[in-house]
Amino acid sequence: MARPDKSKSPQERAEVTQPTVAEPAALGVGVNLLRRRLLVGSAVVGIGGVTAAAIHDGELGGPPQTISGSVPRQQGTADAPPGVSGSEYIFFTPVEVAFIDAAVGRLIPQDPVGPGAVEAGVTFFLDRQLAGKFGQGDHFYLGGPWPKGTVEQGYQSRFNPAQLYRAAITAIDKYVGRTFDATVFSGLLAEDQDKVLKGLESGAISLDDGVDSKTFFAMFLQNTKEGYFSDPIYGGNKDMAAWKMIGFPGAHYDYKEWVTRHGERVPYPTVGFKGRPGWREI
Amino acid sequence: MATILNPVDAVMVGFGWTGAIMAQELSDAGLNVLALERGPWRDTATDFATGFAQDELRYMWRHHLFQNVADDTLTIRNNLNQEALPMRHLGAFLLGTGVGSGGVHWNGQIWRFLPSDFQTKSHNEKRYGKKSVTAYDLTVQDWGTSYDELEPFYDQFDKLCGTSGKAGNLRGAIQPGGNPFEGPRSNEYPTPPMIQTYAPTLFGKAAAEIGRHPFPHPTGNLSQPYINPLGAQIAACTYCGFCEKFGCGNYSKASPQTTILPSLMRKGNFTLKTECEVLRVELTADRKRATGVTYINSAGEEFFQPAEMVILSAYVLQNVRLLLLSGIGKPYDPRTGEGVVGKNYAYQTMSSVNVFFEDKILNPFIGAGAMATVIDDFNGDNFDHGGLGFIGGAYIAGMVTGGRPIEMIYTPTGTPAWGMEWKHAAAKNYLRSFSLSVHGSCMSHRGNYLDLDPTYRDIHGRPMLRMTFDFTENEHRMSDYLTDRAAEVAKAMNPREIKLNRRSGPFNITPYQTTHNTGGAIMGDNPKNSVVNKYLQSWDVPNVFSMGSGAFPQNAGYNPTATVAALAYHSAHEIRARYLKNPGPLVQV
Repeated sequence: MARPDKSKSPQERAEVTQPTVAEPAALGVGVNLLRRRLLVGSAVVGIGGVTAAAIHDGELGGPPQTISGSVPRQQGTADAPPGVSGSEYIFFTPVEVAFIDAAVGRLIPQDPVGPGAVEAGVTFFLDRQLAGKFGQGDHFYLGGPWPKGTVEQGYQSRFNPAQLYRAAITAIDKYVGRTFDATVFSGLLAEDQDKVLKGLESGAISLDDGVDSKTFFAMFLQNTKEGYFSDPIYGGNKDMAAWKMIGFPGAHYDYKEWVTRHGERVPYPTVGFKGRPGWREI
Repeated sequence: MATILNPVDAVMVGFGWTGAIMAQELSDAGLNVLALERGPWRDTATDFATGFAQDELRYMWRHHLFQNVADDTLTIRNNLNQEALPMRHLGAFLLGTGVGSGGVHWNGQIWRFLPSDFQTKSHNEKRYGKKSVTAYDLTVQDWGTSYDELEPFYDQFDKLCGTSGKAGNLRGAIQPGGNPFEGPRSNEYPTPPMIQTYAPTLFGKAAAEIGRHPFPHPTGNLSQPYINPLGAQIAACTYCGFCEKFGCGNYSKASPQTTILPSLMRKGNFTLKTECEVLRVELTADRKRATGVTYINSAGEEFFQPAEMVILSAYVLQNVRLLLLSGIGKPYDPRTGEGVVGKNYAYQTMSSVNVFFEDKILNPFIGAGAMATVIDDFNGDNFDHGGLGFIGGAYIAGMVTGGRPIEMIYTPTGTPAWGMEWKHAAAKNYLRSFSLSVHGSCMSHRGNYLDLDPTYRDIHGRPMLRMTFDFTENEHRMSDYLTDRAAEVAKAMNPREIKLNRRSGPFNITPYQTTHNTGGAIMGDNPKNSVVNKYLQSWDVPNVFSMGSGAFPQNAGYNPTATVAALAYHSAHEIRARYLKNPGPLVQV
């Protein structure tokens, strides 16, 4: 064991002697700012639903840093959520929009109890998700080989989510065309749409073009619920109506005074990251 | 060609809980310490500020703080006869990366294992006979250490975190209000238990009525402000309900960031390099000594970092893979039972019971990662297993970690997963339901192990880790028995209805269960049955130490973090007391 050389200061003994962010400091700061957009005013901005930075979030991809002597926090920066913007569809074609509107409208239908998925903006949410990093398979391993595997081995498609949706919509419309007296899913009666969705859910319906019906349905239902219940910055959960329906008041910071008030309704108004109606517009 | 760097005294491979603990301890001893972390720097104010930390979509479902499996994953199969395929998307467990790693996005559930848990083989053999530990091809072992030996180090971790709880056993005297089954503690918890919300309170009343022994879950979400021995201040939790899978924006959850880094990062003899992934440990020609590690940074540059000591402080799955890739220790062969590296991989056996009330408003969104009332009556060997056909057990918790709506809406038995009926059930039950968690042990088994995959490779061209795992008959029997015990408490709460979510069928990689993977670099009392000694020191290469839950010879019915931390402190203590003066094996056989 090499004993620490007491004749030298710890800094001199260390291979890297800079007191703060050392390896290319200027580069580190610059790229960090790109990734972590300035959190001022309305933090939530985005470019057509795709995050502005082309850098891998969270793991490999940022520049290497050597840190010694202090915490390298930079004032004025934050890893703010990406959010979405715009109102036009940028991923789905009109035919695909017709499918998604029809299908999510059956997965979560509208009635006086609460909003349907269409009314909550789930189609728009899915469009931005599939146009963005999720659709491109960020946080999916898609390398080969691609045997089908067992149920227990989970997702085993070569498709990323955007490819899977695109292929599945086409394949489902093909199935409808050869099975029903209609050309596309959106043209079916609601009860026939439910039959098709149940067949996808159980895997009873086999689809063409390499689409596993159960795999697609599981992802589609999950993503639909995500759009229905996530913060409105992602384009769904319009007016926080899905939260209001169940009684979730949004992401409040402090419930301490309500911890011991057992059985009482918490009267806080529902709030999202961008506030709520009633907050003064900035 | 790797650039050769100036030597350091100790290099940490990975910078989560164990990396931070070991770096703090070894730099306190005057060593020149370097930590290599493959992920990015993260701090509370920048990366999980309260203004946006409570984002269920981004953190839970888009994995913003987790390991990106696009870069590195593992392959999985249920048994030797199957072909292992890559885990293409995180599911059953949510692996960490980056500074603080899983210590950032854990729930803060702080448990000690029972004294008998450290003697799984000898204790059960003595009480239930030899067959109890070999039935179903179990390969359980003793740990080579004891609760008494680890107690001071559990205590040290409690003081670091400021753990909130009520002792049930103080130096052998049973205390009212605590867990009467726990091993003796040298000290009361540093802070009092969290105040319980409605649902855990109802659980506690019902459990007491049917003769169980409820107590508040020990938490790393703090009940009151606390300043730890390193001078870091931790705040009181505000019950926002976003702990597990999220970073805490309020400095209320114990993490490397809130407890250690404020002190450690200021030290002149400590350096951290981020975005630097260790590829392998380099050995001398006789393979008896590590010379350092080779790593690659995110710019693709390769370095050799010479070091006197190598501390594997990454997650269990990475530590085991690095041992295998570096040729440290003999790989386990499930066919012959020979070899040790990769042996006794285990997990956690989870089930739950949902409880639905007609008229009680539970406000599930008021929560915290460990806010629960618990019973430990059926954990470990706290009850007579005679005639039950299994060993091990579980704690049963009336727990409300939060009410995140994408993940945590419970609907009654028979409710479809979508459609009008689902929507109405969600609207009706969200405020009026919660879930009892059955957090079960997982014994080790001859066929459950880790090795290198023959087909799939990571972005650096290294073989992926291959996991061969399934729950055994012992685990199914235990889980069914424990789920029934949870249902008894649930019924005693007089709800409208309950729903049992049993642990059934083979292990499935898709639904989230728990990120408590264990084994593969197990500890023991001799090199024939284990990879490391009780100080987590490699038997084969004594200047390599392997931290973490990989050392567990099987997994107990508790969350692993406090035991992981106690083992690290135990190791650091012995390194400082003996190893630095006389580097070499700390246990002679």
